[in-house]
Amino acid sequence: MATIAHGTPEIAAETVNYLNVEHGWKSWLFTTDHKRIAVLYLISITLMFFVGGLMAVLFRINLLEPEGIFSPETYNRLFSMHGIIMVFFFLVPSIPATLANFLIPIMVGAKDLAFPRVNLLSWYIYVIGALLTMYAVIRGGVDTGWTFYAPYSSTYSNSYVLAAAFGVFTAGFSSILTGLNFIVTVHKMRAPGMSWGRLPLFVWSNYATGLIQVLGTPVLAIVLLLLAFERIAHVGIFDPNIGGDPILFQHLFWFYSHPAVYIMILPGMGVISEIISCFSRKRVFGYSFVAFSSMAIAVLSFVVWGHHMFLTGQSMYTSLAFSFLSMMVAVPSAIKVFNWTATMYKGSVSFDTPMLYAFGFIGLFTIGGLTGLHLATLGTDIALHGTYFIVAHFHYVMVGGMVMAFMGGLHFWWPKITGRMYPEAWSKFAALIVFVGFNLTFFPQFILGYLGMPRRYHAYPPEFQALNVLSSAGASILGVGYLIPMVYMIWSLKNGPKVGPNPWGAAGLEWKIPSPPTTFNFDETPIVTEEAYNYGPLEEVIG
Amino acid sequence: MLASLTPLFADLPLLPERAATQAGDIDALFWFITAICFVMTVLIFLGVVAFAYKYRRRENAHAVQIEGSTKLELTWSILPFLVMLVMFAWGADLYFRAQSPPKDAMEVFVTGKQWMWKIQYPDGLREINELHVPAGQPVKLTLASEDVIHSFSIPAFRVRHDVVPGHYDTIWFTADKPGRYHLFCTEYCGNQHSKMIGWVDVMEPREYAKWASGGAGGSLAEQGQQLFQQNGCSTCHQMEQQGRCPILKGIYNKPVQLSDGRTVIADDAYLRESILDANAKIVNGFEPNIMPNFKGQLSEENVIQLIAYIKSLSPAVPASQQGQPPTVTPSAASRAASRANTANPGQTGSQVKQ
Repeated sequence: MATIAHGTPEIAAETVNYLNVEHGWKSWLFTTDHKRIAVLYLISITLMFFVGGLMAVLFRINLLEPEGIFSPETYNRLFSMHGIIMVFFFLVPSIPATLANFLIPIMVGAKDLAFPRVNLLSWYIYVIGALLTMYAVIRGGVDTGWTFYAPYSSTYSNSYVLAAAFGVFTAGFSSILTGLNFIVTVHKMRAPGMSWGRLPLFVWSNYATGLIQVLGTPVLAIVLLLLAFERIAHVGIFDPNIGGDPILFQHLFWFYSHPAVYIMILPGMGVISEIISCFSRKRVFGYSFVAFSSMAIAVLSFVVWGHHMFLTGQSMYTSLAFSFLSMMVAVPSAIKVFNWTATMYKGSVSFDTPMLYAFGFIGLFTIGGLTGLHLATLGTDIALHGTYFIVAHFHYVMVGGMVMAFMGGLHFWWPKITGRMYPEAWSKFAALIVFVGFNLTFFPQFILGYLGMPRRYHAYPPEFQALNVLSSAGASILGVGYLIPMVYMIWSLKNGPKVGPNPWGAAGLEWKIPSPPTTFNFDETPIVTEEAYNYGPLEEVIG
Repeated sequence: MLASLTPLFADLPLLPERAATQAGDIDALFWFITAICFVMTVLIFLGVVAFAYKYRRRENAHAVQIEGSTKLELTWSILPFLVMLVMFAWGADLYFRAQSPPKDAMEVFVTGKQWMWKIQYPDGLREINELHVPAGQPVKLTLASEDVIHSFSIPAFRVRHDVVPGHYDTIWFTADKPGRYHLFCTEYCGNQHSKMIGWVDVMEPREYAKWASGGAGGSLAEQGQQLFQQNGCSTCHQMEQQGRCPILKGIYNKPVQLSDGRTVIADDAYLRESILDANAKIVNGFEPNIMPNFKGQLSEENVIQLIAYIKSLSPAVPASQQGQPPTVTPSAASRAASRANTANPGQTGSQVKQ
């Protein structure tokens, strides 16, 4: 901890920065500063996270009793809205729209993103999408699950499918605009000397994410539009009773939604690379392999969607191909985990809060990723498809992976974003609570799934109660674990000790400018003369 | 609080039951993958803990900068991939077997409908949310859906398949342990999804024969024959003499030449389509737009009965080849009818209403 300089006295009084350069709500709502937009996004997605989280708390209460506590209508709406809000309004924008929005221009040495106004537009579109979805919630919710499977959603459901689907459709465009902005910025806005081989891995992973956002999200828009056609005009697209094909819906939906899983996890992987490197005081082991693995994931993510349909009546040979490709996409993820571990080798490892979250990420993402093998394998998928095993698997990746990375990144760059440090002891305590609560919530669900408990069940046979009670107990701990940081981070805005430009002693352009940065980040365009993570000269070569 | 939870944990099952032959095969692969996952997780965990502890930050110690190692990268890419290929091949083998029912399998028809499972046996028995099968006998289920996508799953057998409206899906199993097992819908299908559950009764073959010795309202094929008359199919599809429509005798599972030049096999899926949407495929030498569309007129259960009848017209595949010829005695029929009535009070179990 010796390197951390909390509240260094030589910091001058109030200097001008992006936060205090202008005041008043107009200066925020009409800003084109990527850092202010990132803050707007951070507030919006945090609100959505707690709305989605509240729904999870409610349906976990329902599952305490085998017969359920609420009505099936209520339960079905709760889990559907939880999924829709968490996937489309928290996980997809989580790191890209907040941390990456804040950091990518700085990391490449630019004053802003390539299209600052498009960036603001993307936030407005996000807000409109979120309001539409909240309208659906207030009117009574939607009960189709976040997957909107036809023909249930197009013909049979009596809930507010169109409002929710239109909200998701809208939010998709904000995601496309963010991705587009990142791609152009990384291509065109890099400072002199910032070659592709010197880009921080966080930039690489968000660049790969941007590609998926731009190429995949339009297909989501198409499938939701077709769904609306069928629901409003009864054009037979998905419902076999009017000449449609329900499997077509799944092909289109998963053509976006499987790559979307990587929209949700790749930025988190980028955060982990930054954190591990900083708190080991070492360059990332195998930089080029880690960077390349992000691109490999982006490409392969588009050819694995069929593994959602192994048991839906697609041809056996199609399933065979998708099973094989799903195995392949596991390799680049494994490469990352091995390289992060190797990065600590002969390092100088400290245990600050971001690093604790990174440890949590490695452990939980490893379990989440490896249990994906059970589902990518055709034979075992027969036993596990549609059960709680899947629920546990993707929560280990999404919550154990992405939310851990988001929390880690938020703590890591919090002093940069706000100029103040959060309380150290509380943050470590909260990280521990999150880790314990998470495992207690989701590990029992692996067992439930193997025992055969189907997902999305409002009521269940009594022999499954014990594990469900454990899971609900864990969820309450997890909820507390997320509320504590919410409280102390708001507290730190006024009361946290002020920090200098580089409280962690980290490499990277963002740590060379003041905390918080000025509106245009750099007084003069930086000239980059070293590779990323230059914590010292290379000393040892293995193999 | 803790005391009240103790009984919960006393009954806690940690391993699922195994009641069908393929359950053990799938479990073996499941535990193989789980073991590998466990080893990998432990290795990574130990690596992280060991490095974090050994190289923890100390005074006067500095990190040694290492670029990386192509050899290591290749090792930890290729070795895991080879292990994954074993999983892939092993899993593919199980999957292909699960999708290829043996020829001598007994046939049962399952229709999913919000929110119940309707079961039809070739000898005419019908049940709701109950499936009776003999132990030791391969059983092939043909799955159809009346409305949305459902998924038919028996966890103790490790069988599952989505039931997609608009076409047939099949699964099969050989139950090997008498008992009662859960039957679940595992694709979210609306309000009462979690009530779309039932029981599978695996019976000793002799008990099963006793249970099955009677069909309400005749065998499935006989029920189909009645529908065939009632819906006027027989006026055009005549038995011996060529009418305006193809002769159905002997057609089942035989190639059919279509007017567009293709040849298709007249299997269940083809017959289903031709009954519901006659113009989808026109047999060579016949006119389109002669047969009315029965989509929306016939339930999936009716279609299954009609197909059973058409099947019975092909001598090679008699309607009930499965050991229990329907010996319909009045008492057996009424017994079955009352059983169907208990299963679903709202419906009469015996006759299909038009």
